[in-house]
Amino acid sequence: MHESTKDHAALAAEFNKDEQRVNWHDETLWWIRQKRDKNVHQLPEWEALREAASQIKFNVLSNLHDYLLQFEKNATANGVHVHWAADAKEHNEIVHRLLTEHKVDRMVKSKSMLTEECGLNEYLAEHGIEVIDSDLGERIVQLAKEPPSHIVLPCIHKKKEEIGDLFHKYLGTPANVADPQILTEAARQHLRDVFLTRRAALTGVNFAVAETGEFVVCTNEGNADMGAHLADVHIASMGIEKLIPERKHLGVFLRLLTRSATGQPITTYSSHFKKPRKETPIHIILVDNGRSVQLGRKEFRNSLKCIRCGACMNTCPVYRRSGGHSYHTAVAGPIGSILAPNLDMKKYKDLPFASTLCGSCSNVCPVKIDIHDQLYKWRQELVKEGYTPAAKTISMKLMAQTLSSPTLYNAAGKSGRFVLKHMPFLVSNKLNPWYKEREMPEAPKESFREWYKKNN
Amino acid sequence: MKVGLFIPCYVDQFYPNAAIATLQLLEKFGVEVTYPLSQTCCGQPMANSGYEHLTKGCNELFIKNFEPFDYIVAPSGSCVLHVREHLHDPANEEAATVLRHKVYELTSFLTDILQVKELNARFPHRVGMHQSCHGQRGLKLAQMSELVAEPFSKPGSLLKMVKDIDLIDLGRVDECCGFGGTFCVTEEAVSAKMGKDRVADHLHHGAEYITGVDMSCLMHMEGILNRAGSKVKVIHIAEILNAQ
Repeated sequence: MHESTKDHAALAAEFNKDEQRVNWHDETLWWIRQKRDKNVHQLPEWEALREAASQIKFNVLSNLHDYLLQFEKNATANGVHVHWAADAKEHNEIVHRLLTEHKVDRMVKSKSMLTEECGLNEYLAEHGIEVIDSDLGERIVQLAKEPPSHIVLPCIHKKKEEIGDLFHKYLGTPANVADPQILTEAARQHLRDVFLTRRAALTGVNFAVAETGEFVVCTNEGNADMGAHLADVHIASMGIEKLIPERKHLGVFLRLLTRSATGQPITTYSSHFKKPRKETPIHIILVDNGRSVQLGRKEFRNSLKCIRCGACMNTCPVYRRSGGHSYHTAVAGPIGSILAPNLDMKKYKDLPFASTLCGSCSNVCPVKIDIHDQLYKWRQELVKEGYTPAAKTISMKLMAQTLSSPTLYNAAGKSGRFVLKHMPFLVSNKLNPWYKEREMPEAPKESFREWYKKNN
Repeated sequence: MKVGLFIPCYVDQFYPNAAIATLQLLEKFGVEVTYPLSQTCCGQPMANSGYEHLTKGCNELFIKNFEPFDYIVAPSGSCVLHVREHLHDPANEEAATVLRHKVYELTSFLTDILQVKELNARFPHRVGMHQSCHGQRGLKLAQMSELVAEPFSKPGSLLKMVKDIDLIDLGRVDECCGFGGTFCVTEEAVSAKMGKDRVADHLHHGAEYITGVDMSCLMHMEGILNRAGSKVKVIHIAEILNAQ
């Protein structure tokens, strides 16, 4: 996981030093948002689908205990081994133990944001186990020794020339080659070798069906299937909120997922795993890691509906102009900003403020999470818990006191003088960050109040 | 019909013409308008910074000032949204609830309550309409580009009644300008970049004026325009609807 002592604003300011790159990043993600718009507008029932998905997930969250037990029972009956992990540490230990039991020290892994959240790769590396990420984007950031910057498009912050340089260094492609077809072919050859030689494969889980005990993994590259089918053991890691009650509900979620994510009607591969083949066991790890705490936070519970499509990132005008790494957490963007404070309020206290509360995220969310309202609520929570600077609290208290009393407000001079002095964005001072790239508004001869008193 | 005029503090100080136009426009439609002189602020700057618990005094004052009116109208989507969503008073919750339902942003008051069908206004200029997020996505003044739903626009329908106005299309119809209250200083780099990009879209499509329902967004974009030495101006929608 990305570690940083800088907050979102500082990291975003660094990202903005290269304006051309910001433009490119913004336009790339906006193009995906437009693809999404074009695709969803072909479905007149789109809003009804979102509402259905939201309600199904409500049902799941309200009955999570029962659905989890139902899933465990059915998966076990199918011959799948079910493990429970209370937190990231337990999850990583279980994976390590399974690999040790199978005498495996090299593993192939398809996309799983949960393992990013748990810091699995680092943990296994410390224990002498090599992990190769098989999702092309994830493989690229892995070669660059960076975390993913986006949950669906992990290397969206990298230009093809930079990828060409990485492949030249690590995969032996000719220097200065940035042709996507050549680079993709090199990645295919490299990963083919990985798939054929790794005896253990780990995948994420997009949906787990309580009714049948099966789980569904969605990829565009087929890399989860390549890994899982060629390995001797398949480990699947899933957050406990990934459940859906019945198989028929996939008809709602699979239609929503990729349209929201990339503007495709469906993922290229939506693979169902139900019963293991003889001699090749399947293990599934059900991970809590703070989810049951979030479930207990009434105002933030809805965030657990998330199906990790990334639409809120693509539409977020702040994310597009600050880059995923500025969020210094595994899941970036608006959804990450309401999930991360639950895991560590102190470390992620800046994230709920990295938003203009424009509300676009809530509108694209396929499961209708009230993301921007939750950002507002996290701000209140963080202040109440004391995670804001004392100076800010003092100035806010002064401001509140003055604004509560017309006498004090008028005693502060003309109302205008108060506004100039106390509205944080209008402080008339060249050290004010407003002034760096924007002129101050000009004060007119008379305020409206003065005009009104004269004319009425 | 008695209307209490609610003028955001920075509009009072920096953009009196927007407030005057709002007042005159409402009077043109026969509304009896009063501006309560002891009003201060809706409390949004505190609340959006995480200090909603400090807005008790503002809330009590707001209720005291505006309780006597049939409606409260403000030339701002953002301040109205704040009152609609967060005006509470445990000691007088009934009054707070009534006020939350009778506070209106100007253009929606004109279209929904006064049901304005024609305007005696003329504005012979190329104008870009900025959809302020709190008005649009919060108060639903116009359809949102993310949703699969019938298009409509309350401010847009009013602008179309203005003679000789030339409304331009934009590349991104409802992208945020990056003001965001205190966000504009705490996240200075991203905020300024968002403002620059929004302004560029209007300039690219040949706007002479950028208008909208919220002066705060317009103030932000004006700061960007003026820094770049542009001749393009910002103007509150009330001034266009009241223009002769």
